[in-house]
Amino acid sequence: MSVVIMLFAGFAAFAGWWLAQQRLTSKPWLEQGVIEGVPDFEASHDPAKRAGLGFFLAIVGSMFTLLAGAYFMRRDLGDWQALPVPPILWINTGALVLSSLALEYTQRSVRRGDIVRLRVGLAVAALFALAFLGGQLIAWQQLSAEGYYVATNPANSFFYLVTGLHGLHILGGLVALGWATAKAWGSEKVEGVRLNVELCATYWLFMLFVWVVLFSLIAGWASAFIELCGQLLS
Amino acid sequence: MVDATHGPDAHAAEFPDVELYHPRSWWTRYVFSQDAKVIAIQYASTALAIGMVALVLSWLMRMQLAFPGFLEFIDAAAYYQFITMHGMIMVIYLITALFLGGFGNYQIPLMLGARDMVFPYVNMLSYWTYLLAVLVLVASWFAPGGPTGAGWTLYPPQAILSNTPGQEAGIVLMLVSLILFVIGFTMGGLNYIVTVLQGRTRGMTLMRMPLTVWGIFVATVMAMLAFPALFVACVMMLFDKLLGTSFFMPAVAEMGVQLAHNGGSPILFQHLFWFFGHPEVYIVALPAFGIVSDLLATHARKNIFGYRMMVWAIVIIGALSFVVWAHHMYVSGMNPYFGFFFATTTLIIAVPTAIKVYNWVLTLWRGDIHLNPPMLFALAFIVTFVNGGLTGLFLGNVVVDVPLSDSMFVVAHFHMVMGVAQILVIFGAIYHWYPKITGRMLDNTLAHLHFWVTFVGAYLIFFPMHYLGLMGVPRRYFESGDISFQPPSAHELNVFITVMALTVGAAQLVFVFNLIWSIRHGKPAGGNPWRATTLEWQTPQTPPAHGNFGRELPVVYRWAYDYSVPGAPEDFIPQNQPGPTPPHHEGSE
Repeated sequence: MSVVIMLFAGFAAFAGWWLAQQRLTSKPWLEQGVIEGVPDFEASHDPAKRAGLGFFLAIVGSMFTLLAGAYFMRRDLGDWQALPVPPILWINTGALVLSSLALEYTQRSVRRGDIVRLRVGLAVAALFALAFLGGQLIAWQQLSAEGYYVATNPANSFFYLVTGLHGLHILGGLVALGWATAKAWGSEKVEGVRLNVELCATYWLFMLFVWVVLFSLIAGWASAFIELCGQLLS
Repeated sequence: MVDATHGPDAHAAEFPDVELYHPRSWWTRYVFSQDAKVIAIQYASTALAIGMVALVLSWLMRMQLAFPGFLEFIDAAAYYQFITMHGMIMVIYLITALFLGGFGNYQIPLMLGARDMVFPYVNMLSYWTYLLAVLVLVASWFAPGGPTGAGWTLYPPQAILSNTPGQEAGIVLMLVSLILFVIGFTMGGLNYIVTVLQGRTRGMTLMRMPLTVWGIFVATVMAMLAFPALFVACVMMLFDKLLGTSFFMPAVAEMGVQLAHNGGSPILFQHLFWFFGHPEVYIVALPAFGIVSDLLATHARKNIFGYRMMVWAIVIIGALSFVVWAHHMYVSGMNPYFGFFFATTTLIIAVPTAIKVYNWVLTLWRGDIHLNPPMLFALAFIVTFVNGGLTGLFLGNVVVDVPLSDSMFVVAHFHMVMGVAQILVIFGAIYHWYPKITGRMLDNTLAHLHFWVTFVGAYLIFFPMHYLGLMGVPRRYFESGDISFQPPSAHELNVFITVMALTVGAAQLVFVFNLIWSIRHGKPAGGNPWRATTLEWQTPQTPPAHGNFGRELPVVYRWAYDYSVPGAPEDFIPQNQPGPTPPHHEGSE
């Protein structure tokens, strides 16, 4: 659970930093009138959606961190046999990177006001994300064909569990991406989809980061890295 | 509803510059509504309805404990199913859903001067997912084998072994229902958090928010970070149950047959479960703290004592509650040094909690106390929470906890501190806000009857239970039989507790009757019957219409607790009323 505690310490530090700017030491009973000079939030949807996504990523992040914590605890129980990394995972990682890059390109197109490139960028991003999901399914198929079933060993169970949950999150992202694509095809101006593209790009970058961490966990580098840190500390 | 007479598009014409969802038909107005107030009522009604089921389950359990064999359909399996469903429903589907989904939805936009939640569509989805979770839970009664009897903590390995009732389908439905609840709740929670951050009206700084909103806000943040642990635990247990993996399942022989599971760790489940489970206690406590602060200030006509300290205490309790989870696991066989650490953090939480209790009492000090139903329930909460908290000091210490573990003492403790206390606040809050929600007062005589029977009755149920626990009467036992260390008086006490439980349960029917009867026959309440300062009482219509505040959003000029300000014409100054500096500002006169 130490990895979970570390993440939550990070959250606590962020919350503390944010709260420190909110005048929590003011004496509201002495103050009257409309207080100016504080963050003044109008009921507007753009920043709300950004904040909403930020919190959502924190929740998703805690979920995957808890899984990683469970992974470390379960791994040390003796019957763990790491499973071989199917080479196709490298290709999948490449597909997810390209998908994310395509969204970065789309964001650039938004800034340039180029609706045609924006549409192309979104479509390419969606295609690569679908390729990633397809590749993950192939990886599952290859592993089970070689006899690495979900219940054979806890390492396998974790592999299927985390890749499945990650895939579901990509699938959910694809709904949002599809919505943005439909919107982009329906309008001639980039302004209408600016926020959709931005949020999708952020989400994709985050899911890419999660995937890289999970991949390094599955391949065993994360454990090697932690052992190295442990040796350095001792 | 102002626009009922002007057609559905009247609002769009009335607030042309406001981004607001406009219902266009009866269905989108009252059923698939995106208005936070309607969603709040849907959440609250569903939670209260399923809560009544849990209440009946508690009656059945008490009947079995006092009169074993009297109700013939209660066998051991049924008893465990009743325990499990009673606990799970009360903690998650009733109290959590009612505080955050019910009061959160109703109060946050109104108290902050917002027209609605920031993501109304997601908010609607949140309710319907919650309803689906409740239906899946209810469905387990009709599944083969009935609901699960694993206890509300669902500890593996026994939760999914064949001797546990509900092993066929009940446990699967339970886990699926919890997963759905977490998903639905995440959608709602994002709304509550972001509305507090981004939806406040002009002048509503964080330090001017009523403590109700502070409590719900911090509780929601905690829930967002704690529920993933429940989600992960449920998904992994589903894998163990359905796919035969061994995340939590050790090598087990069942009826002399070795199962396929091997090497899993039940302790891992306990860590995940309590990483959610302990914050959960404060997820239901913090909204109660907040609401009670507002009830006390309003009905004692005094500003809340130590507002800043109250806010800080809420935040600190929220943070600390994430590092105490293993105090539920002292007897699980974990490293004793962990126990020492977690006992320390547990006792530290008593400090901010005690600050809150002192501040509540000091708010009452020389106040103009109106002993109306909301105030009575708020006072009862303070007493009950202190009582429950004190037994928490016993159980928080490892050496005291070990002998008391799994005894009736624990049952009495957590019912006082996170059951009765929170339910009292829920009642107080309903008596307080019902006039705003319906425009009519609840009947006062019935309310007093409800209060006194509930309050006194709850004490007559749970105080003797501590004593049973100290005698060594274990919890979760279907029947005690002839156990030499239990004197006959223990059984007589059990009968007494059961009679009291039935009485208190019957008093809740009075409450439900009052709720329904008063919708039509209650005294008209007017816009601000309690003469309160917060924004929800300043709406142009009661009940508040769609969009809450008419054409102009209110502007906030002061904090939420300007009661009995010396020199003011009335004993309360609403938050949206501009005015001179009050005389209690040192040096202003």
